[in-house]
Amino acid sequence: MYEFEYVRPKSVAEAAGFLAANSDARLMSGGMTLLPTMKQRLAQASHLVHVGPLGELKSITREGDALVIGSAATHDQVQGSEVVGAAIPALAKLARGIGDPQVRYMGTIGGSIANNDPAADYPAGVLGLGATVVTHLRQIAADDYFQGLFTTALGEGEIVTAVRFPVPRRAGYVKFAHPATGYAMSGVFVAETGSGVRVAVTGAGNGVFRWAEAEAALAKSMSPKALDGLALDASHFSEDIHATREYRAQLCRVMAARAVNELLG
Amino acid sequence: MSRIELTLNGKAVSADVEDRTLLVNFLRDAQQLTGTHVGCDTTQCGACTVLVDGRALKSCTLLAVQVSGAKITTIEGMANGEVLHPVQQAFSECHGLQCGYCTPGMVMAVTDLLRRHPKPTDEQILHGLEGNICRCTGYINIVKSVKRASELMAAG
Repeated sequence: MYEFEYVRPKSVAEAAGFLAANSDARLMSGGMTLLPTMKQRLAQASHLVHVGPLGELKSITREGDALVIGSAATHDQVQGSEVVGAAIPALAKLARGIGDPQVRYMGTIGGSIANNDPAADYPAGVLGLGATVVTHLRQIAADDYFQGLFTTALGEGEIVTAVRFPVPRRAGYVKFAHPATGYAMSGVFVAETGSGVRVAVTGAGNGVFRWAEAEAALAKSMSPKALDGLALDASHFSEDIHATREYRAQLCRVMAARAVNELLG
Repeated sequence: MSRIELTLNGKAVSADVEDRTLLVNFLRDAQQLTGTHVGCDTTQCGACTVLVDGRALKSCTLLAVQVSGAKITTIEGMANGEVLHPVQQAFSECHGLQCGYCTPGMVMAVTDLLRRHPKPTDEQILHGLEGNICRCTGYINIVKSVKRASELMAAG
């Protein structure tokens, strides 16, 4: 790693002030992606501003029709949270499937969605549930937040403080995990909400996206059969040694059907 | 440079470290505790697993400065003199190792696994050890070792 200074702010306000005054400083939450990237010298920073331990970012609460998860809540916290389990069990399951136990102790929801890895799990949950990303400056709808490969609506020095999930009627998430890395080769989150059906896909393309045809089909009939032979534009899908575009598209259909089965219980 | 203070295998340690020093390098190079291994160095294999305040974490992906104030246990802190920790005893009895390179990390991860699930199911063992890779693929005896350790610990 290149040299940097480690900074432990006492509050989000202090972290935001530090980032504003130091343009080469970077925020660290759990560090499970940032530190490996820095070790490979693919990223560098003048300072690492470590907000992961901040208590104000770790709370998980039910607020009326919403589940609010602090940005520094770890995957381990979310998977084991009774509040999450009661409100959105599919989200607890999603968290339980990220990485491995050691990584889940450190990795956070805020870090995951700020990084927006195209194969990460949380973007599917956040987009699929139509959540709102809360930063120290504003609130951003999930539909506006995710902008493709490692790109989000966050501005320089903007800090994600929480994610607000509207509690759906029912939801399901299933991924086909790459056998070596565990990352989703295709992961599909299906939610039946008060305002309709939402389907979000991660892992297949260059960023999480909504599958409009599946949403329309499932709105008519919430059953795996509704997805048979459904159109899916795979032109932007990744194609590599692991899978062709067509293979990934087929994985999406299968994972979506399984997610629907999970939603149906 | 930063000053860190932590409890390492029951002893108070304070040291000056570069902020970029990884915990695994601090343990191996500065503290000469070479039982904690570096396997992949990319947060996947788990050979570097240590306990930080009782939780199994990968020390190749933690900064030493990050854990200042914490209680760290490495494989060297497991046995009580000549008496092996029950998890070590179980790995020995069940031959839960082949080359042994992953074993220190396995022992630390299993210790945390059994704290969370004192009587783990097969599924809990397999899911709970997803972060530890045995390149010899000696998993069958590792799973046996976890079950044996559970028995030994229940027997006190």
